[in-house]
Amino acid sequence: MYTTELSDKNKKPSAAAMANEDPVRLAAFEARVAADNFIEPKDWMPEAYRKTLIRQISQHAHSEIVGMLPEGNWITRAPSLRRKAVLLAKVQDEGGHGLYLYAAAETLGTSRDEMIEALHSGRAKYSTIFNYPTLTWADIGAIGWLVDGAAIMNQVPLQRTSYGPYARAMVRICKEESFHQRQGYEITMTLAAGSPEQKRMAQDALDRWWWPSLMMFGPPDDNSPNSAQSIRWRIKRETNDQLRQRFVDVTVPQAEAIGLRVPDPALKWNEARESYDFGEIDWEEFYAVVRGEGPVAKERMNARVKAWADGAWVREAALAHAAKRNGRLAAE
Amino acid sequence: MNKEWPLWEVFVRARNGLAHKHAGSVHAADARMAIEAARDTYTRRMEGVSLWLVPSASIVASDPGEAGSLFEPAADKVYRHPTFYSIPENIKNI
Repeated sequence: MYTTELSDKNKKPSAAAMANEDPVRLAAFEARVAADNFIEPKDWMPEAYRKTLIRQISQHAHSEIVGMLPEGNWITRAPSLRRKAVLLAKVQDEGGHGLYLYAAAETLGTSRDEMIEALHSGRAKYSTIFNYPTLTWADIGAIGWLVDGAAIMNQVPLQRTSYGPYARAMVRICKEESFHQRQGYEITMTLAAGSPEQKRMAQDALDRWWWPSLMMFGPPDDNSPNSAQSIRWRIKRETNDQLRQRFVDVTVPQAEAIGLRVPDPALKWNEARESYDFGEIDWEEFYAVVRGEGPVAKERMNARVKAWADGAWVREAALAHAAKRNGRLAAE
Repeated sequence: MNKEWPLWEVFVRARNGLAHKHAGSVHAADARMAIEAARDTYTRRMEGVSLWLVPSASIVASDPGEAGSLFEPAADKVYRHPTFYSIPENIKNI
């Protein structure tokens, strides 16, 4: 899963902050990045680069972890043992992805506890997509197909992102993500070929998940304040709109192939551009969800905070046990 | 007590005959837990047959600022490489 960078619009790395950087080191850094060299944890980097990465990687990690909730909702109700085993494996993968990413962010000097605290207090964002509810089993198909599909579109270029630990985490994630999308499409395909009621379920899930999936790519390029700097630093490799267009172009034929209709009356193949034209996205809805007004935003955060609080005694007990045993070993 | 579990670096041997390679990190309270967390996090798809877990605090790393003095001197010692020497075509097995 993926979150696009959801920062405050006016929190651009300011010219003033950049002016404090050592110009010689900054020039050497810029040249390395422009030559597609990787930056590694102990290398010198501008503070704004470090901050942008911590924000982006931690938001990405939070998205993986919160992303376990909508799907976890269906593990006990999966329609067969096969589907249940697959969904368990997928949700476990999402947990793993979150952990790879938290570890990558920690190499930049933040701590796991700081990041978790930022999520729980609402300071850190996560992908808006997880604030929508999973109402039927067909939603599990739509999430794998569309949400993981959009994530792959975003994540493939990030395998070449300029920060080494982030790029390496993305390579691992991308390898695992393809299974997620294919199992989702298989669920949707099976429903679409089933009874009229099952087909209606598949269509209903596509209707509800299509637009939120397009929003996953983030605000349009002309309203995406950090994009230019992030692309210059090779943190991002392609713009939100480029990636969104590619997602639409590959996904529409996948819907048509199984007899489903993309819920966009403006959707039309454009011969000249060799791409689909598509309708206006409801950005008011997007920003409302970013602000935490999504249908199940509160429920998601309550679930995370509860899990963290309920696990506190385990974290403490494990440390106490380790300390006691180390003490005993030292005494021997 | 409100303290993070220590950080461990994870090294995975993909199969016997290959060296352990760095895969990432995990937090764990002790060595046993570190191995189990690394297994769950980094080897869900048969990526490995053996794990090394090293407390991150125990890793000694070279300073990128010293990369020049540490590694550059090798660049002017091309005579360490076999291609530095020209041997006539008619000489075989060398």
